[in-house]
Amino acid sequence: MALLDVEDLSVTFARRGQRTVRAVDGVSFSVDAGEVVGLVGESGCGKSVTSLAIMGLLPRQKGVHIGGKASFDGTDLLQLDARSMRDVRGRDVAMIFQDPLSSLNPVVPLGIQVTEVLQRHRGMKGEAAAKEAAALLDRVGIPDPRRRLKEFPHQLSGGMRQRALIAMAVACRPRLLIADEPTTALDVTIQAQILELLKELVRESGTALVMITHDLGVVAGMCDTINVLYAGRVIETARRRPLFAEPHHPYTVGLLGSVPRLDAGRGERLTPIPGSVRDVLPWPDGCAFAPRCHRRVDACVGEPPELVLTHTGHSYRCVNPVTGPVAPARAQEEQA
Amino acid sequence: MSGVATPGRKKAEKIDRLAELSAAHDDERGVSLWQEAFRRLRRNPAAITGAAILMLFVLVAVFGPFLVPYATTDTIGVREGLVKSGQGIIPGSSADHWLGFDHQGRDEFSRLVVGARQTLLVGVVSTLVGLAVGALIGGIAGAAAGIGGRWGRWIDTTLMRIVDMLLALPSLLLAVSIAALLGASLVTVMIAVGMISVPVFARLLRGSMIAQAGSDYVLAATALGVRKSKIALTHIVPNSLAPVIVQATLTLATAIIEAAALSFLGLGNPDSAVPEWGVMLADAQPYLGTRPALAIYPAVAIIITALGFTLLGEAMREALDPKLRK
Ligand SMILES: Nc1ncnc2c1ncn2[C@@H]1O[C@H](COP(=O)(O)OP(=O)(O)O)[C@@H](O)[C@H]1O
Ligand SMILES: [Mg+2]
Repeated sequence: MALLDVEDLSVTFARRGQRTVRAVDGVSFSVDAGEVVGLVGESGCGKSVTSLAIMGLLPRQKGVHIGGKASFDGTDLLQLDARSMRDVRGRDVAMIFQDPLSSLNPVVPLGIQVTEVLQRHRGMKGEAAAKEAAALLDRVGIPDPRRRLKEFPHQLSGGMRQRALIAMAVACRPRLLIADEPTTALDVTIQAQILELLKELVRESGTALVMITHDLGVVAGMCDTINVLYAGRVIETARRRPLFAEPHHPYTVGLLGSVPRLDAGRGERLTPIPGSVRDVLPWPDGCAFAPRCHRRVDACVGEPPELVLTHTGHSYRCVNPVTGPVAPARAQEEQA
Repeated sequence: MSGVATPGRKKAEKIDRLAELSAAHDDERGVSLWQEAFRRLRRNPAAITGAAILMLFVLVAVFGPFLVPYATTDTIGVREGLVKSGQGIIPGSSADHWLGFDHQGRDEFSRLVVGARQTLLVGVVSTLVGLAVGALIGGIAGAAAGIGGRWGRWIDTTLMRIVDMLLALPSLLLAVSIAALLGASLVTVMIAVGMISVPVFARLLRGSMIAQAGSDYVLAATALGVRKSKIALTHIVPNSLAPVIVQATLTLATAIIEAAALSFLGLGNPDSAVPEWGVMLADAQPYLGTRPALAIYPAVAIIITALGFTLLGEAMREALDPKLRK
C-alpha cells in the first residue's frame, strides 16, 4: 500500500455573489514510502490547494468544500479531527512553502521558531532544544548555526531562510514532506542548491517527497514519478524516464516544449502552449485542455476523457494521444 | 538547467554559497526590525522635530519644578501690590517675572513649567490605562476570533459590540460622565481620558491580530503542528504590537488635550496648588479681555506638546509600515 493515496480529491470555493471555483477537480495520485513524486502544472491549476487540502490547512468554513480521500498510512487525513491533524502535522507530514521570507515570523528570532516544533512534537526544552536546533541548521548547510539561531529572518539571505524552513520541516523526521514550489522565490543559482539539499535529505532519511512545481526542469533532476496537473485534475502520470521520453498528453508535450533547453540550437524557438489556463472547458463537458489543444478532435468534447493505462504503467487522459518518442533533442536527459 | 550535471557544478555551488552569505552580511548584520525603523526615523525631519519637542517637554516636566524661580503657590504679585485682579490689573512680562503674574498674583512662568509635570503624568497614565484595558479586550477578541468555533465567534462579537458602543459615544461626553460618576480628582481624569482610548486600542489590536492570523508565517507554523494558543502568543501578538505602539504615541497627544479639557470643565484636580495647563486655561477665562496672554500661554504649551507627540507618532507609523519597508 502506498504511503499517501490521494483519491478523487476535489476542493470547491463558493463565495456569495461569486462563481463557485472548482480549484481541485478529482485529483488522484499516490506516493510510496521514500519516493519522490512530482506534481507539475501551470500556475492556477490547483497544486497549492491540493497540498493545503492534504495538510488540512484550508480554512474550515462554509463555502470551502473538500471531497475525496487522502489516505496517509491507512488513515484518511481529510476525516481526522482538528486535534489529531495537529499532531500529524510537523511530526508525520510536513510542508515547505514557496516564499521563505514571509513564511518566517519577522519579529521572532530564528531559534525560537526552530525550537517551537521540537518542543511541540519531541518535548524538547532549553539547552537540549537549542542544541538540536543548531544541529538541524547545520544539517541543512547553514554555517555558524549557534549565531544564526539568535538572528532574525531578515538577517538571512533567501537561500538561508529556505534552508531554515526545511530544517524545521524535517525536524521530526516526517515520513512525508510536501514542498510547494520551494525554489520559485529564489535566485536561479540558489534554486539548484536547495533542490540538491532536498534530494540529499530525502535520500538520507527515507522521507517521501511531494515536489510541487510549475517547472519541469525541477522535477527532471529528482522525481521518481511525475503527475501532470491541468485545471485541477491529473492528466498524465508516469515514471520520470517514460514521461520525458514518450509523453502522451499534448499538454505534457507542450510543457516539455516550454522548457528552455541549454543544448537547443540557436535557431530553435521555444514552443509555448497557445492560450492561457483561463481557456478551460469544465471537466464534465470534455477535456479541459481542448480549447488550447492542437490535436483536438470531436471526441474531446462531450464527456471527460477516460484514464488510459498503458502496459508500462504510464497513464493519461486523452482521446487523441501523442504516440512515439517526441523529438529526441527535447527529451530530457538527466543524471540518475 | 537544474539537475543537469556539469563538471564545475560543485565549485560553482561553493562560490554561490559564499555569495549568499556575504550578501546577507553586508549591511543587515545585527540589525533588528526596530533598529531599522529607528534608522528611518532618524532621517525624517518631522520625527526629529517631534522628538526634540518631547525631549524638551520631558526635561521640563522632570527637572522644571526644581529650577523654577518662584513657588507655584506664592502669591507674590498680590503681596507686593502689583496685582489687583479685581480691577483688572495683572502685569505682564518683566525682568523678574518672565511671563508676568496670574490672576492670583502667582508667577505665571513658574506655574507653566511645573504644570508640564502634571500634564505629562496625566497623559502617560491615562494612555497606559487605555492601552492596558484596550489591549486586553482586543487581545481576547482577536485570539477568540482566531481560534474560531461557536464560542470564539461569540466572545469576539460580544466584546466588539461593547467596544463599538463605547466608540459611538462622543468621547468628551463619555469622559464627563465617568468624571461625574467618580467625582473630580486627578485619578478621575486619568481613568476618564483612558477610557476614551480603550475602543481604539481594542479594535486596533484585534484587527491587526486577525490580519496577522492570515499571514504566511502563521500558516507555516500551523503546518508544523504548533498549537493555536502558542501561535497567538509567540507569533501573532508580537507582530500586532507595532501599530498599537504607534497609536499609543498618537493617543498621548489627544490624551493631553482631553485631560486639559476635563480640567477646564472643573473635573480635574480641585487642589489649585498643583498647577495644570487645563486649569490655568480655565482660570484665565474671566481675564480674556484684559490679559489674553494668560490663556495663550497654557494653550500654546498644550498645542506644542500635542504636536510633538503627533509628529513623532505619524513618523513612527511611516517607519514601521511594512508596505513602505523594502
Ligand atoms: N481561498 C480561495 N478562494 C477562492 N479561490 C481560490 C482560493 N485559493 C485558491 N483558489 C483558486 O483555486 C485555483 C487553484 O489555485 P492554486 O492551487 O493556488 O494554484 P497553483 O497551482 O498555482 O498552486 C486558482 O484558480 C485560485 O484562484
Ligand atoms: Mg501555488
